[in-house]
Amino acid sequence: MAVQDNIGSSAPRTSLLNDPVVRGILYQIIVGGLVVAFFYWIIVNTAQNLAAQNKTTGFDFLFRTAGFDISFTLFPWSRTSFYWQAFLAGLLNTLLVAVIGIFFATLLGFALGIARLSSNWLIARVATVYIETIRNIPLLLQLFFWYFAVLKAMPAVRASFELPLEIFINQRGLMVPRPMPDAEFTWVLVAIVLSLIAAIAVGIWATRVRTATGRYPPRVVQAAKIADAVVSFLVAALAFSLLAQYVPALANASPLIWAAAVIVAAASLSRFAPYARAIVAFALTFVILATLLRAMFPVWHTAAIDIGAAIAGVVMGWILLEGTRNRPPSEGRFPIALLILIAAGIPALVYIVTGAQLAFEVPVLERFNFKGGVQLPPELVALVFGLTVYTAAFIAENVRGGIRSVNKGQTEAAQSLGLKEGDRLRLVIVPQAMRVIVPPLTSQYLNLTKNSSLGAAIGYPELVNVFTGTTLNQTGKAIEVIALTMAVYLTFSLLTSAFMNWYNGRVAMVER
Amino acid sequence: MAMDHVFIRQEMVEARQPPRGTDGPIAWLRRSLFASPSDALLTILGLLFLLWAIPPIYNFLIGHAVMPGGTVEECRAEGAGACWAYIYARFNFFIYGFYPIDQYWRPNIVFIMGAALIIPLLIPSAPFKRINALLFFVVFPVVTFYLLNGGVFGMRHVPTEQWGGLLVTLIISLVGIICSIPIGILLALGRQSKLPIIKTLSVMFIELWRAVPLITVLFMASIMLPLFMPTGTTVDKLLRALVGVTLFSSAYLAETVRGGLQALPRGQYEAGASLGLGYWKRTYFIILPQALKHVIPGIVNNFIALFKDTSLVSIVGIFDLLNTVQSASSDINWSSPTQAVTGYVFAAAVFWIFCFAMSRYSLWMERRLDTGHKR
Repeated sequence: MAVQDNIGSSAPRTSLLNDPVVRGILYQIIVGGLVVAFFYWIIVNTAQNLAAQNKTTGFDFLFRTAGFDISFTLFPWSRTSFYWQAFLAGLLNTLLVAVIGIFFATLLGFALGIARLSSNWLIARVATVYIETIRNIPLLLQLFFWYFAVLKAMPAVRASFELPLEIFINQRGLMVPRPMPDAEFTWVLVAIVLSLIAAIAVGIWATRVRTATGRYPPRVVQAAKIADAVVSFLVAALAFSLLAQYVPALANASPLIWAAAVIVAAASLSRFAPYARAIVAFALTFVILATLLRAMFPVWHTAAIDIGAAIAGVVMGWILLEGTRNRPPSEGRFPIALLILIAAGIPALVYIVTGAQLAFEVPVLERFNFKGGVQLPPELVALVFGLTVYTAAFIAENVRGGIRSVNKGQTEAAQSLGLKEGDRLRLVIVPQAMRVIVPPLTSQYLNLTKNSSLGAAIGYPELVNVFTGTTLNQTGKAIEVIALTMAVYLTFSLLTSAFMNWYNGRVAMVER
Repeated sequence: MAMDHVFIRQEMVEARQPPRGTDGPIAWLRRSLFASPSDALLTILGLLFLLWAIPPIYNFLIGHAVMPGGTVEECRAEGAGACWAYIYARFNFFIYGFYPIDQYWRPNIVFIMGAALIIPLLIPSAPFKRINALLFFVVFPVVTFYLLNGGVFGMRHVPTEQWGGLLVTLIISLVGIICSIPIGILLALGRQSKLPIIKTLSVMFIELWRAVPLITVLFMASIMLPLFMPTGTTVDKLLRALVGVTLFSSAYLAETVRGGLQALPRGQYEAGASLGLGYWKRTYFIILPQALKHVIPGIVNNFIALFKDTSLVSIVGIFDLLNTVQSASSDINWSSPTQAVTGYVFAAAVFWIFCFAMSRYSLWMERRLDTGHKR
């Protein structure tokens, strides 16, 4: 006690400047003062410059007539529209590209990330080459490439490439059919929403009952069996009628197709279900492969292509047979077919009962241009394509990192508990990987949205092009325009980080 | 009596054959290409894809390409591939832009000097690291500026409007890198600081720059910077872009450095404090060397992103590599169907070589530094 007192009283008196607290306050005053002075200097300069150029400030320009054309807008646009409408048009175009790009980039990115981890040497190598090539080349260069070297080099309108489903591609962009729903079709849309909700509700209820009792409710099991048969019948009918395109003998025997579908449906209720599924899988793979190969190698003899497709189809059927052999149709299986049937069947029923029509207005080549359909400008196509290809490479790396981060022991533990492959992924691996994948994934989404501003360089009318470009040039309101643009991107960024914080809080590992 | 039944082997057991099919090319094929039926299917599909994709690419780049020395007519011929003759003819333009031809020796000296300084800097075992770094980060930029800009020692003045091509791309990335390192470190320290005003300012700066796309930053720099300056001052176009790129990049760098600062155990800070070191000494001698070492790969990744992003300055009218390629693609003397594509492939190859080299270097560095943390 005495010793401590001694130390306390004999502590050397130091200069006030050496006191950390005082020093901290001093530093802050200096830095704060400098920053304030800097901004004051800038503001004074700006005011002087603006005065010298006889310019005023304020946002009233937003309500003046824009008087320029925008090549692609989501709402009717005319030269008499206001500047705030130009802002909105640019914003909507940015969001359009972002949403489409995010969708495709996620699909491609996950596929590539998984492919790069594949034990298949060839697949892993192909994915690696893709990722290492794409992410080391500037996005702007890639956009120029897609726009100037690919889309602008497409054939003229008269010689358009025809893709399946009445889609055409030429110098002027991509022409796709426009859906033309009639009044009754609203009911179908309502039915789609309601039946989706119903399917999810049934799924949750069934899972809850199973968690409580160990079994799915008997009624659900019965309904699931019937749904299984119905879905099997539909898929089989589809697969066999597609097959008829390639097998001439089948084409003239439609009763045969229906009979086969009925047999498959019946088999799906018995212990022969795996075989039935394998046959359907074989038919589907054969059709898909044959179509694909014919598109890829048009010069090869079609018979050779069909043989190749048949071999691959057999392999596929065999795989499915292997995979399903040891799995009897047990009551423990999740009633997925039932849910699909509810979600898809009810709208289909409504569609038939109400007599709704969903016609498609197909783009037709007229004298100088395509008439009808939706015409997507080449700028949009190039931008979406470029952003997708580029961002997917980064998403793939995030996905790979996420999956790699899940300890191998987790897989082994799940195996030792007797979980099947699918359940192992769904219940153990993916939830843990997602915890690592989602935060960088959301930043990739934000990056994609920000990168869509490069559309300005190829003439896509997004926010930066329409607003920071044309509007600023016309009005000269540099400060207001740039402030608004930055505010938009800042909002995106804040929303993203808010989501990330929420997600992290939800899934964070609970540590001891 | 059990003792009577003793069995002792009289002869050696014959050596068994090693298990077959665990080694050699066939085993490798089975393991990595045909491990399961689905693998086999994927392999077949992958091979088909390669068979479909590689021949046209090969034919375009090499098979049917017009090699340097070829003529425009050959490039315009039906079915001709890449027109490398065009790249060869415009090569100097892609490297130097509009820099006067008789002054090419100046950028050449810069290139040689840069390579001579940066290569030993990247080799960890090379001596004189401190002097080397000082030369590269301080002396080299100054010398480069006077050498390229001229106006001293009787060298002709070459305005920045005439600089271009790969030269400008390298200048912007180097200046961006060199200037953003100190700013980024200061911002990262500011963000970690306990002083509320400094912390808030740092956070605001970082978040603002990181939220907006670089292209709006460049627009802002090229339009607003002259507005912010006292009336009558003119700011060079290249300088405006440099300011924009540097501020943008330092915000990203700050976040990377913050990662390194957070990775340091608290004990290091406390140990420094217990030795009686003040904030700056502690930071300089103890914290930063360790923190930066942790995040060297991250910093290199920032540089790769910066290097790729320099291509955006073409939007505000600066003739970097991409812009020279882009503008040369409308050159009528070489107009041919493959002119544009060849230009893009060339530019892509140049960017790719630089970025890929950097990413490999960062991986190598990561592995090298990793050994220090193994227990």
